[in-house]
Amino acid sequence: MDWQGQKRAEMLMQVMLVVFGVVAFVVGYSIGSFRTMMLVYAGGVTLTALITVPNWPCYNRHPLNWLDPSEAEKHPKPQPVPSKKKGGKHHHK
Amino acid sequence: MHTSVQRLNTLVTFAAVLLAVLCGVASFFDGFNTHSVHGTVEVVKIRKFRKQLNGNEEVTMNLNISLDMQSTFTWNTKQVFVFLAAEFETEKNVVNQISIWDHIIPDKEHAKFQTQVPSKYPLTDQGSNLKGKKIDLVLHWHIMPKSGKMIQDKLPLSHFYLPEAYL
Repeated sequence: MDWQGQKRAEMLMQVMLVVFGVVAFVVGYSIGSFRTMMLVYAGGVTLTALITVPNWPCYNRHPLNWLDPSEAEKHPKPQPVPSKKKGGKHHHK
Repeated sequence: MHTSVQRLNTLVTFAAVLLAVLCGVASFFDGFNTHSVHGTVEVVKIRKFRKQLNGNEEVTMNLNISLDMQSTFTWNTKQVFVFLAAEFETEKNVVNQISIWDHIIPDKEHAKFQTQVPSKYPLTDQGSNLKGKKIDLVLHWHIMPKSGKMIQDKLPLSHFYLPEAYL
């Protein structure tokens, strides 16, 4: 999941859970059944989990553009300068 | 949020917080339910009125109870516990409160009833002050919710006088 996908998944998760919570309360209260409220909310949580937990393709539409490996060969990693002190066991910066 | 386990963790945590909020709101809405309980109770017969071996007086009786507790039930009510307390005053104790009958009402369909029962628990005094005593019969109830705060209330139903002599 790419960066923007993670952001979208988190937003979607929070919005969906709050919406399902409100819907569950309204339905349960109007029918007068606590059980219905719990079932609606449990269903909402399950649906939200199915939508936001797996790594769906729609969360991978903005891949990061990594540099080509050849760039690394052109700009080799700087090597630490070897210590000039003979037999020195201490490393200097 | 980049692994599914992390997302699942976030989801479960947030869902649990919202669940607590839902339960809290349900309990809050219960506070707006104004209930009015109707009922009558009469002592049909004093069955026993005597002194125990330790000197304390004891009374048992038959009761005719008629109750309508339907208005105490809301969508968030698990059950209602009712008990009938005999309340009286003596020189030793300003408040005497003795449960002589109780009952658990499981749902609204069983909340309106009429029954004739012997007192479940004997009315006993600390000492012997009961002859001719005025006894108030007060109905107490505890509304036990599915979630949230328990609501308690009471209603004086009637009173009677104990006989002047042992039976």
